[in-house]
Amino acid sequence: MKYLNEYRGRESIQKIVAELHRTTTRTWTLMEVCGGQTHAIAKYGLQQLLPPQIELLHGPGCPVCVTSLEIIDHAIAIASRPDVIFCSFGDMLRVPGTNRDLLAVKAAGGDVRTVYSPMNALELARAHPDRQVVFFAIGFETTAPANAMAVYQAQRQGVTNFSLLVSQFLVPPAIDTICADADSRVQGFLAAGHVCAITGFEEYLPLANKIRRPIVVTGFEPLDILEGLLMCVRQLEQGKYEVQNQYARAVSSEGNIPARDMLQQVFEISTQNWRGVGEINSSGLRLRQQFAAFDAGQRFPMDFQSREDTSGCISGRIMQGLSKPDDCPHFGNRCRPQSPLGAPMVSTEGPCAAYYRYGTRPHHHQEPRHEH
Amino acid sequence: MCLGIPGLVEEILNSEPMERSARVRFGGISKEINIAFLPAVAVGDYVIVHVGFAISVINENEAKRVFRYLQEIGDLEDLE
Ligand code: SF4
Repeated sequence: MKYLNEYRGRESIQKIVAELHRTTTRTWTLMEVCGGQTHAIAKYGLQQLLPPQIELLHGPGCPVCVTSLEIIDHAIAIASRPDVIFCSFGDMLRVPGTNRDLLAVKAAGGDVRTVYSPMNALELARAHPDRQVVFFAIGFETTAPANAMAVYQAQRQGVTNFSLLVSQFLVPPAIDTICADADSRVQGFLAAGHVCAITGFEEYLPLANKIRRPIVVTGFEPLDILEGLLMCVRQLEQGKYEVQNQYARAVSSEGNIPARDMLQQVFEISTQNWRGVGEINSSGLRLRQQFAAFDAGQRFPMDFQSREDTSGCISGRIMQGLSKPDDCPHFGNRCRPQSPLGAPMVSTEGPCAAYYRYGTRPHHHQEPRHEH
Repeated sequence: MCLGIPGLVEEILNSEPMERSARVRFGGISKEINIAFLPAVAVGDYVIVHVGFAISVINENEAKRVFRYLQEIGDLEDLE
């Protein structure tokens, strides 16, 4: 496929790795924000190619991982109703709620369906006017315009048996919060390329100044990630903290304006609860008042109190870059993809699943593979 | 979740402003994709697709930039 294979070529990767080794003179700790990047790093063994002075921490950009226990319990309660067709991206089905997960609801006869797009859920609502169709609208800025479009179209088409259970997150406030933690070791960020394809990166300019750390908008292919790291390390070596755009083939400074307009028409900014982290001001989205009729949270009020999470899962620390998956005592023994204790072991973007699947080990005890 | 896959726009299927869609090819398969967020997209463009929506047209010139840069590194190494 064009624009995939080129960015995975061995020779190009070796060249950029060599450049990274030439550039790095000190120890640097960097965070890739997006879970898709975390998986690419683990899958292609990129950490092992880096100079031993560079350590990667994995960021909060796994929407499945940060969706709060309360929302998951709410989803489970709604999906259990006999009048509901509950639609979700597949990753959410195995995320543990207080008592069970969505897959258990399905096994018990609940009508839980996996869809590819929120528009598929809207089609289902049109096809089943006698049922309530609820879409589990999780995600970051990348997914929000699609979810907004589904609601906008539902209203325009007069589809009244459709609603969203919204758990939308915004990246910049999370970066800010991570940096505000006195224990944070992160010195530079790779920002999530597809989030910025929507939002652009104007918002990151004042953020980089505030946190005094470089932010490099980065893509998802091995070559993208290595180049993003190189750009970040160059800045750090020169004492700079600017916003740079590695992923210019898909990201412009203003982003996708029609998508941003749709997002803003349907959603407004709100406080959001991040699983294991807590509430962060202005870090989420909720439906605007004129779309309140499509809010599944209001249509099906929660009559259930979530218990405190006692699984021992340290996902909140991992999402903030304070710990790594193999710091967790349950990693690989009590917690495995077949029997996950926490969402990061479930999601295709979860760091624990990435470490488990690809067997990533910390690199800094090894000799650097590349000499020059 | 924020996974976006590049694909090739093969045909515009619906040109109603808010419902614009196109057939987009991803390797061996093609799918109907919503292109309402990319008003200027045309057949032959590569786009990034996320949850059924094309969110960005890939800029060919920018796509080649990193290889030009790598070429420069290579040329410098040859001089050393
Ligand atoms: S290994 Fe399991 S229990 Fe530990 S942080 Fe990851 S998901 Fe949570």
